[in-house]
Amino acid sequence: MYGSNFVFVLIFLALGALLPISSLTIIGPLLRPSRPSRAKETTYESGLEPIGDARARFNVRYYLFALLFVIFDVEIVFLYPWAVEYRHLGAFGFVEMLIFILLLVIGLAYAWRKKVLEWK
Amino acid sequence: MFSWQTQPLTGLNFLGMVIGAVIVLMVVLVVVMYTIYFERKVIGWMQNRIGPNRVGPFGLLQSAADVFKLLLKEDIVPANADRLMFMIAPIIAFVPSFMVLAVIPYTAAHVFTAGLNVGVLYYIALSSISIVGIVLGGWASNNKYSLVGGLRSAAQMISYEIPLGLSILGVIMLSGSLNLNTIVAHQATDRFGWYIIPQIIGFVVFVIAAIAELNRTPFDLPEAESELVAGYFTEYTGFRFAFYMLSEYVYVFAIASLGTTLFLGGWEGPFLPSWLWFALKTSLFIFFLFWVRATMPRIRIDQLMSFAWKVLIPVALFNILLTGALSLIL
Repeated sequence: MYGSNFVFVLIFLALGALLPISSLTIIGPLLRPSRPSRAKETTYESGLEPIGDARARFNVRYYLFALLFVIFDVEIVFLYPWAVEYRHLGAFGFVEMLIFILLLVIGLAYAWRKKVLEWK
Repeated sequence: MFSWQTQPLTGLNFLGMVIGAVIVLMVVLVVVMYTIYFERKVIGWMQNRIGPNRVGPFGLLQSAADVFKLLLKEDIVPANADRLMFMIAPIIAFVPSFMVLAVIPYTAAHVFTAGLNVGVLYYIALSSISIVGIVLGGWASNNKYSLVGGLRSAAQMISYEIPLGLSILGVIMLSGSLNLNTIVAHQATDRFGWYIIPQIIGFVVFVIAAIAELNRTPFDLPEAESELVAGYFTEYTGFRFAFYMLSEYVYVFAIASLGTTLFLGGWEGPFLPSWLWFALKTSLFIFFLFWVRATMPRIRIDQLMSFAWKVLIPVALFNILLTGALSLIL
């Protein structure tokens, strides 16, 4: 039965969650010491007193790459069904995807030209 | 041969599936322990050192000793950290790394494999979830090194996920299926043999993107110890740290398995039993990853990002068009 495959996946999910949760919350506390102290709980900053915290502003570049990622990841999602059916689509499918990829390459070339891909 | 795939879902079959999944988990944990040992030994030899040799014969128990050591270490949560997020982040990173193994066909008998018709997509989709665990861990630590490490990790992993996804497309075009079992079966009958031959460009892109996805040298910038201490897990100690390491090495095994399945013919092979072929090919793949680590220096972050977008993605797109054109002509 095909549905069994998804049950198998769910078993993997349950086991994958059970292993860390059980070893961190049930077995772990029995074995490990727990002697918290202020000095131990300070944030590590190369042995110095931490200055401020890490809720600071960070570079906007990360967002640009995230945006590009969304565009190209959606592209891949579109390409997958096409690739599965490629043998049956023949030349028509090829030309169609050529146009689709061409549009995205134009997008990539634009980002390239606008120096979005530079990491300075 | 017992197979739950062809039968209705009864209590007994369910029990069989649970046992199958537990066996996979146990095998994976042992494999991961010996992958770490193997890595340390191989890199030791390549650097003219001996590598671990103290715990047990030939140091074989070194990784087990490391795991028990980490289990006995105090679990420190920094006072400034976001406590809940800090505690669940390693679990979020680990769970998908184990879940992706559900679709890998290890043997000719499909007892340990979910034959999902969306197998490849399932793998790619789940492996992206681990990025959330990494960014969350970096952010929740409230440490500047962790934050930058986590963000770098995310930027790198999402950038290299695209060439990884595109490099697999060629294989899917040739096999006409996303089901990993079908892909293995196709490679046995394909006139060009294993897909590493017709998809050599795709394979090269796959291997490079896989190394970057794994955050391994030469792409291990998120953990560049000379600038970021330990990257996103700087603040982690004890077993939470162990789960980050564990998920990293489970991914090494998973991506080597995926590469074996997609490009090296999976468990196909003459004479030897199917699981042994799978183990041999996967070990070869893993050995290659360690070899690269021992050989290459770390590259700079600007080179890393522009390499993904300016080289790998155009090459992968070209490979798709080439595969499409060639399979129309031939």
